[in-house]
Amino acid sequence: MGPLVPEVIGNELNFIVAVFIGIAFGFVLEQAGFSTSKKLVGLFYGYDFTVLRVFFTAGLTAMLGVIALGHFGLLDMSLVYVNPTFLWSAIAGGLIMGLGFVVGGFCPGTSVCAAAIGKIDAMIFIGGSLIGVFIFAEGYPLFEGLYKAASWGNLRIFDVLGVSQALFAFLLTAIAIAAFIATTIVETKVNGKANPEFANKKMYLGLAFATILIGLTAFALPDKKTDLMSEAYSTSKFSSDDFEWMTADELAFRIMDNDAELQIFDLRPSQNFTALSLPKSQNIKLENLFEKDIIKMLSIRGKINVFFSGNDSLAQKAAFISTKLGYKNNYVLQGGMNSFAKEIINFTNPGNAESKQLVDTYRFRESAAAVIPKLIKENKLKQASGETMKTKRVLGGC
Amino acid sequence: MIESKYMNPYLAGFFLGIVLLVTIYITGRGLGASGSIKSVVVASVETVAPAHSKETKFFKEYNSEHQGSALKNWLVFEVIGVIIGAFISGLISNRLKLKLEHPSGSTTRARIFGALIGGLLFGFGSQLGRGCTSGAALSGMAVLSAGGIITMIAIFGGAYAFAYFFRKLWI
Repeated sequence: MGPLVPEVIGNELNFIVAVFIGIAFGFVLEQAGFSTSKKLVGLFYGYDFTVLRVFFTAGLTAMLGVIALGHFGLLDMSLVYVNPTFLWSAIAGGLIMGLGFVVGGFCPGTSVCAAAIGKIDAMIFIGGSLIGVFIFAEGYPLFEGLYKAASWGNLRIFDVLGVSQALFAFLLTAIAIAAFIATTIVETKVNGKANPEFANKKMYLGLAFATILIGLTAFALPDKKTDLMSEAYSTSKFSSDDFEWMTADELAFRIMDNDAELQIFDLRPSQNFTALSLPKSQNIKLENLFEKDIIKMLSIRGKINVFFSGNDSLAQKAAFISTKLGYKNNYVLQGGMNSFAKEIINFTNPGNAESKQLVDTYRFRESAAAVIPKLIKENKLKQASGETMKTKRVLGGC
Repeated sequence: MIESKYMNPYLAGFFLGIVLLVTIYITGRGLGASGSIKSVVVASVETVAPAHSKETKFFKEYNSEHQGSALKNWLVFEVIGVIIGAFISGLISNRLKLKLEHPSGSTTRARIFGALIGGLLFGFGSQLGRGCTSGAALSGMAVLSAGGIITMIAIFGGAYAFAYFFRKLWI
């Protein structure tokens, strides 16, 4: 599951990867004609829309690819860098960059590209950018207010607009194709002749059609997470195919037995977890089941995954999702922490056992009530010393 | 030797999209360019005026967020790659040539001045907007980041809004 950095590809190797990615990036930019300012600013004067075509095709390809990878569980979006939103600096910075674009004829990436093949104007542009960054750095206290205003976090655009990812992706695809067609008409008018490159109308109609189809598949690929979450919440009764039950006694036995296969997932609010947590348990939220750290644990073969919550309703949803995601051995602690506390941790023998079996059960619970609170205490000390590890979101951006 | 034609823009866009997708899949982050310019500025100031760099807020904040040398940065390595890749492309398409390119209607002087001021504005704007056309607009679109898409609209919207006033430079 992606991203491959930092686990499959280490942080040092990542620098080598960066060089190779850069080579591919620079090669494609130069082949596309982004190494000449005349071509780059063409779209602002209507004589050459190459930039718009390359840019939007690239953006759509990557966007649809990211959605598909996310859908098939090949990419953990919670670990991918999503540029944070700072509304006012994004608008002001963007406008200044737009001005820089029509005055200078390049943007940073394309200027590097053009300088590499010997364009002196691009080298001057890079020199200018260095000065521009320097001015920003020196005057930073002046701009800091604007720079940090309206911080909205790592927002996704479809959440802001309140639509689904699929709908937004489809609309964007449709808009891009409309823009491709409209700009080709404008270009022909401005230049007084059609670009021979696009003479094969049938092929382009076919391509546009295929792209719209691919855009439409975004609907057929609703986000697996949203889907399963809503299914988990709308199901009122789960079947025995969805998960199995585990009694408080069995869980207590496995904990005392130091069962190496046991993995406990605690779905209670984090303050409850901090106050009292079972040994070897993880505090998770339902959505963590779709993230790399937890997926790694769930996908270990032969492990027994026990989910519990305060009662057992949230745990049932979690175990259901885990099963639907294809992981095996999912159990729900019957009655949740409430039962476990009553029957094990705070157990007092009522002394009215009628059957031999009940006598045995009570005896077991008494011994468990003596041992488990101790284990819980030891666990708390371990946690306080900070033994938890978590994969972090990568830091990206410019 | 005659320069080869440029690649079909849709095909080039598709390849660029694949490069970006692979980048996100491998590294969990998108492409970029202006970040490397920032790294160069930070490293230069540190070398030339270490004392100044220690007491200026911008550099202090940068150093508290980054470890090691400013040049040991993913984007610096990526941009080194961009130079190599563009050079190879220019080589095989016979476009390697040292020249100052300017449209026929404009002068060399205007082009030099425009490139310098334009670069300055772009460099400044990319810091304020947290990324440029690659890092904010293109990569932001791929992961549907709200901030990235707002920046993208502002860049292209701004360029269209200002284009009329600078038409003499280009047409």
